[in-house]
Parts: sequence; C-alpha cells; structure tokens
Amino acid sequence: MIITKQKPIDDILKCLEKVSSVYIVGCTQCATVCKTGGEEEVKKMKEFLESKGKKVIAAEVWDTPCNLLEVKKRARDRKADLEGSGSLLLMSCGDGAHTVVIGTGMPVVPANDTLFLGQSERAGRFNEVCALCGDCTLFITGGYCPNALCPKGLQNGPCGGAKDGKCEVSPDIDCGWLLIYNRLKDTGKLDNMKNLLPPKDHSRAIRPRKIIVDAVKNRK
Amino acid sequence: MTLKEKIKNKKFIITAEIGPPKGIDIKPNLDEAILLKDKVDAINVTDSQSAVMRLGSLAVSRLLKEEGIEPIYQLTCRDRNRIALQSDALSAAALGIENILVLTGDHPSRGDHPGAKPVFDLDSVQLISAIKGLESGRDMAGKELKGIPKFCVGAVVNPGADPIEPELIKFEKKIKAGAEFFQTQGVYDAGAFAKFIGQVKHYNTCIIAGIILIKSPDMARFMNKNVAGIFIPDSLIKEVEAAPDKQQKAVEIAARTIKELKGLAQGVHIMSLGWNKLVPQILDKAGL
Repeated sequence: MIITKQKPIDDILKCLEKVSSVYIVGCTQCATVCKTGGEEEVKKMKEFLESKGKKVIAAEVWDTPCNLLEVKKRARDRKADLEGSGSLLLMSCGDGAHTVVIGTGMPVVPANDTLFLGQSERAGRFNEVCALCGDCTLFITGGYCPNALCPKGLQNGPCGGAKDGKCEVSPDIDCGWLLIYNRLKDTGKLDNMKNLLPPKDHSRAIRPRKIIVDAVKNRK
Repeated sequence: MTLKEKIKNKKFIITAEIGPPKGIDIKPNLDEAILLKDKVDAINVTDSQSAVMRLGSLAVSRLLKEEGIEPIYQLTCRDRNRIALQSDALSAAALGIENILVLTGDHPSRGDHPGAKPVFDLDSVQLISAIKGLESGRDMAGKELKGIPKFCVGAVVNPGADPIEPELIKFEKKIKAGAEFFQTQGVYDAGAFAKFIGQVKHYNTCIIAGIILIKSPDMARFMNKNVAGIFIPDSLIKEVEAAPDKQQKAVEIAARTIKELKGLAQGVHIMSLGWNKLVPQILDKAGL
C-alpha cells in the first residue's frame, strides 16, 4: 500500500491562496486506509475549507484516482463542476494527483505527502519494508530487506554503528542487519550471510520506470 | 620499509590519526603530525569524520606524504558512488598514496549536513573488492586500466560489537575480499580483547588495536552511552575522575592498555582526538 501523510493544513491553505472554489477528491484505496483521503477526511476538509471562506464545488472519494481510464470517465461525467472549480485538491498519493492532472487537464493541489510503500501492521500503523529496488533478494536475507530496513542499504552485513540493537540513525529504528542475522540464524540459513554479495545494479531502477505486461503486449 | 612491508613482515605497527579541519587552515594538523613523524609507522587521515564536512582526506594524505609521513587514506562509502570511489582510489595511487582504509561511514543524518543524500552505493566489503580489482588491472566494469595501481587495503572491525557473530561474519568477508590489515574500535578491556583475538586468530591477519584517549569522565560516559562497541569500565572512569592532571592520566591509561595489548595485537592505533602531542609520551611509557 502507498502510505501518505496529510501536509500541514497551513501549507494546503497557502497552495489554495488564489483559489476561491475547490473540488476535493479522495481515494477509496490506500488514502482511505491511511486516513488521508477517505469519506471522513474529505468531509472534514470540506468543512475546514468552507470555514476559511472557500467554495467547495464537490467533495468526493474516487475509485481510484490512480486509474487513468477511471479518471477520464469521471472527467467526462463531472465536466461542468470540474470546469467550474479553480482547482482540485487531491487527498490521495502523488500517483493519484498526477493521474488526475493528466485525466482532467485541471490544476491540482496535493493535500498529502507520499511517503513509502508500506506494510499495514494494524489500523493506523504502517512500516516500510520494501524499497522498490527492482531486484528482490529477500530469498537471501530471510525475508527482511536490507535496502528498506538499513538506512545505508548495506548488502553484506551491519555497519557496526548499532547500539543495543538500534540503528545509529535513530533509537526508534531496529538494526536491519540484526533482524536479518537473527532470522537467518533461527532458520538455520546463516550461510546466506557469509556469501559476498555484489553491488546492486541500479540501472534496473532508472526513473521513470515503465512496464507493459507481456500478456498485454502480445495481445493482437 | 613501507607499512605494507612491515605488515607482511609481522612487525609491530604503530599508527596515529589526524582529523582534517573544517576549512583549509591545515598547519596545526601538519605540525601535530610532524611531531609524530619518527614515532609512528603511519598516520590515518579521517574522511569527514562523523559525517561532518571537512577538508578532504585525500588532499591531507598527500600533504602528509610531502612531509615524509606515510598516510593511511580513509575512504568511506558515505558520499561517493562506485565511479567516484574507484576514481579516488586511482587518484590516491597517482599521488603516491598506497594505504587506503575502507569504512562504511556514518549516516549523514548524524552529521552537520543532515539533509545530504546518503550514497552507500557500495558497502565496505564491495569497496575492498573494487580496490583489489583495480590492483589486478581492471575496474568494476571489467575495463582494463592504463597503469596498474598498488595498494595496501585496510578495514575496520569492532571487537566490542554485540552480538559479535554478525561482526565476525562481515570481518571474514572483508578478509576474503582482500583486506590486508584491520584497525579496531577503541579497546579498554584487554581481557575482552583477548577473547576476540581468540576468535579471529585462525585468519592470521594483521589486527591493530584501537586506543582512544579518555580526555574526561564525561567523554567516557558519553562514549559508553552512544558509541557502538565501546565499553569503558567504571573503575577506569573513577580513575580519570580522581586524577588532578587529566592529560597525564590519559597518557598513563593508554600506555598501560598498550602494554596489555602488545602481546595480543600486531599493533596499536592511537586515536588521540586532538591530543597527538601526548602520543610520544604514551609510546615511551608503553615501552615502544
């Protein structure tokens, strides 16, 4: 899931400084789970903006703002309202915000900052466990990713900076390599850690990445 | 004899360390180093230590060499990708610098430019391999070099790491990658160090034990609390507390520790943290 966090409300207001009427769009998926763009948050945002003297043309939760075809369909259905607003306020991830720019042709202000690909531990608690590196080595490191869990992304073991099992970067971060070590040890696979791993091939993750699924590519 | 030759010939190695300044006023550092010229085998030059931006370790290493002092050029993975790391290693060789100490480097968030992009394109094991590759005449892309450099590649190990096993696994990888010597984190407990040596003796590699001067009880407590793998016993802190002359006490403790470690390690690396003028006294008292 894409983890988002709402921008400071003053920053959002500043972005909407020259806008008198706003069209608010939330997302039924990730942003709903993150409580940054579900029904409740969209409603709250509407009330807040109205209290600040803005006209809210619409406050909707779309399924989903990151789907270009869906967005284009919405753009056709809601053409008059969209064109009557000064800007959209996207309570989604950056993917949603960009897709709505493309799909509606309207100016868009993002209400959220997009943070990471996250595991949902339980309601409202999210952890970054995958760094989207494009070259998965979880089978070597016991299912714990050193690129995501070690702030230095080291491939061959701990840096030596951890104290009491915590990373030198912050006492709130467990040493990723200690997690890997413990897991490999517990599962009898410590030999995995003894192999010298080569540097990562960063050419596999040159931005912007794009993919066409084979099944689609081969369709006649 | 160069450091590389001394290591090979199992000589007892004495190294010290200087940290380049923030700025270009290098004279005080050079004066400090010159004082140690005939007392130590080589002097480490730190690479923007603690992720605090400073004058470069390569330039200062070269300046030491011009003074007739053998430098150990510290190179971290923190700020450079594989292109810059290999290029800097070649630059070192072209400047007549043979010794490179490879380190991961502290995370930038710990330093004075916390917003800097952390690079860590290679880790310390991979960087050792890359430098050994240059010595064999090829870069990491397999391309042939015009003129082949020669290095003496060192690495670090922390005998106080807890748990020790992951540290030992990485230590072994560094040896396999080609590390020729190791400098350790500061050692204060010869007994614990002896235990570590027992665990690594069979690798038959050169271990140079780290000595960090205790400048004050507060510094000792700070290190115990914040520095990984450092354990300064309470008795030592009390001893420093009771001493009227902190510098003399630092000399005495360092000399005593060196005497205890002499038979265990192949050398000592004295990190004086600005008190390099005391190093000759320490060596004298330690009988070196």
